[in-house]
Formats: sequence, structure tokens, C-alpha cells
Amino acid sequence: MSIFEVNTLDCRRGDRRLFADLSFCLDAGTLLHVRGRNGSGKTTLLRALCGLFTPEAGEIRWRGTSIRDLGDDYRRELRYFGHLNGIKGDLTGIENLRIAAALAGLRVTTSALWAALARSGLGGFEDVPTRMLSQGQKKRVALARLLVAPAPLWILDEPFTALDVDAVALLQQLLTDHLAADGLVILTTHQEVALTSGHIAQLELGV
Amino acid sequence: MLRIFWSILIRDLTLALRRRTDVLTTLFFFVIVISLFPLGVSTERHILQILGPGVVWVAALLASMLALERLFAADYDDGTLEQLLLAAQPLALITLAKITAHWLLTGLPLVLIAPLVGMQYHLSATAIQVMMVSLLIGTPILSLIGAIGAALTLGLRGGGILLSLLILPLYIPVLIYGAGAIEVSAISLSDTQPYLTLLGAFLMVALIFAPVASAAALRISIE
Repeated sequence: MSIFEVNTLDCRRGDRRLFADLSFCLDAGTLLHVRGRNGSGKTTLLRALCGLFTPEAGEIRWRGTSIRDLGDDYRRELRYFGHLNGIKGDLTGIENLRIAAALAGLRVTTSALWAALARSGLGGFEDVPTRMLSQGQKKRVALARLLVAPAPLWILDEPFTALDVDAVALLQQLLTDHLAADGLVILTTHQEVALTSGHIAQLELGV
Repeated sequence: MLRIFWSILIRDLTLALRRRTDVLTTLFFFVIVISLFPLGVSTERHILQILGPGVVWVAALLASMLALERLFAADYDDGTLEQLLLAAQPLALITLAKITAHWLLTGLPLVLIAPLVGMQYHLSATAIQVMMVSLLIGTPILSLIGAIGAALTLGLRGGGILLSLLILPLYIPVLIYGAGAIEVSAISLSDTQPYLTLLGAFLMVALIFAPVASAAALRISIE
């Protein structure tokens, strides 16, 4: 049985139907690359998969149970990385990560937080309010959340935008490690994802 | 469970301390609205004593209204609200932490400054004491009920005005019993007890239902 199943999903935005009858299953260790032109419903699909958006019809199952019934148990296993970074500009990187860990229900030591920021290439910027950082650096803080609070399912919406070459390489490394550890990734990007290992599936929306 | 409550409470208090203007605006608004009445109406001692309780409470309602809009809007704008909604923690508890922080920053200062505005209206020492107690019980109700409205109007254009229309009618019972307690204290102190007890009952009901209702409203608004 697949770990993640989507059955006949149907999403609308107002009167416009974005997609209908969408079904797929994913096994552990798979990366699903959602493609499609602008406005084809990629973000809506990802938000529906997170449970932030209620689909018109259809069901999403995680480990065989509907995510509606799982509630907090599903959210504990999910990390979402949206269009907005989801970090507070007035808080420092460390403070942002500490909140992220608390929200995930984890007790993380301060040294682990520093290590996560250092790994995402923000050594030396730990005590700077994140509003002082560049776009790319803010994205790196948001990415560090994936390091601080590990979870089997990552849903990433355009994670590669605004990242420099080093950060892209870092993210690719994170994805590879995550897949190797039997994690599951669902992401959208307009760039080609070059992964060294792991199984990549493609989903084309709006065709 | 409690740990997430504290993390969110401390987060919101830290954010407010780094951006003090938001807190001070509410407080100054409260003081200025109250100071305008003696200038506009009359400086007669007995008129002010009659006006005082009502004016203080109406100003408290408006001041609490003023800050409500920002309760969830800032988190909505930078995407942290999505992260809160996706947390593996009860959303009602997170909402309660945010409401508590909001009250500590906008409600509690009003309670503390109440003696000062009471003196402007020649209120007696007992009346001022009763005013502080009634505000102490009443302002958390304003934050709790207001949070439901703030969550419902999140992300709407012109949400601020809609929020006032939605929430101010719900504030009326608090206004009646809050101001009533102060008025009655001029006659007999023991008569204030039913008013304060009723306010306390409102607070208990709001404390139980408002976080759950706001959490549900947030899930609808974020779609």
C-alpha cells in the first residue's frame, strides 16, 4: 500500500475548476515534481495536500487514513514551505527556528539551532533580525526549518526561487538525503531538479 | 501542551517589544479620547462624575477595537499564520496564547492607566477601584470576542470597518455591566458585586468558546 494516496481530487477557485479527478499514489522515497503553467493550480494542489485548502471532492490519505481524520497526527509528519517564507522579520534566525521547533512539538537545544543555521549557510547571521537579510537569506532561514524539525513528508512550493548556486546545491543535497531516508517530497518548481538518487515522479497540471 | 502556549506568548510579546509603537498607539488613543470629553462637553464636576464610567468604557471598547485588526493580520501577511495552522498542536491553544499576548499588550495597560483617567473625571477612590476591577475582568472579554471577528475578517478588503460592525454589538453586554458597576459603586459598594460576577461569568464563557471559535474561523479565512 502506498504511503500517500490521492483519490479523485477536485479543486475549484471560485467558479473556475482547476483540476478534477486527480488521483495518484506515492511510495516512500519518492519525489513528486508538480509541473504546469502559471495558474494551473499547483499551489492550490499543494495547499490541499497540506489540508490548508478544502477540495471540492476527493480524498487524501496518509498511511491509509484520510488526513481530515488524522488532524494533528498528519500535521506532525508534514513540513510545508510556502510562497511566503513564514518567518518573522523582527525575530532573529535562531528565534524563528526555536518557534518552528516548538510548533512541531520538538524540544531542540540552542546548539542544534545554531548548527542548522550554519548548515544552511547563515553562520554569522544568527543574531540579525531576519528583515535585515536578503530574499535568498530569508529563504535559507525557512529551509533551515526542514533541518530543525525533521518530518517524513515535505511539501515545498517553489523552493528554488531566489536561491543562489550554493543554496540550490544545499537544497538538492537535503532532498537527496531526505529521499534516501525514505522521506517523501512533493514540490513545484520551474527549474529542472537534478537529484543524484531517489525516484522522481512527474505530475503535469492543466493539460 | 503548555510549552506551545508559552512559546507563542513569548514570541508575540517579543515582537511587540521590538515594535513598541503599536502598543503605545492603543494606550494614547485611550487617553486622548477620554481627555476630549471634558473639553467638549463640560468641566463641571458633577457632570463629569456622571459621564466618567461610560466614557472610560466606550474608550476602552474603541481602543481594544483599534488593535484587533493587527491580531492575526501581521502573521497572515508573512505566512507565519500558515505555519501556525500546520503545527502539530491544538490551534485553539495557539489562538489563546495570541489572545493573551494581545490582552497583555493592549488591555492591561488600560487597566493600569485607569486611575489617571478616573481622576480627570473626579471619580472617588472607591469608584476608581471598582473601575480597575471591572476593566480587569472586562478587557479580556473584549480581546477574546474580538479575536473571533479578527479571524473572520482576515484578508478581506475593508476588513477593519466590517470588524467594527461585527464585533461592537457583541461588546454591548460588557459595556453595560462594566460601566454599570462603576455607576452603582457611587451608591453602595456592595451593589457592585452582581455586576462584577456577571462580567466574570461572561469572561468564563468567552474563555471557553472564543479560542475554539477563532481557531475555526482562521481555518476558514486562510483558504
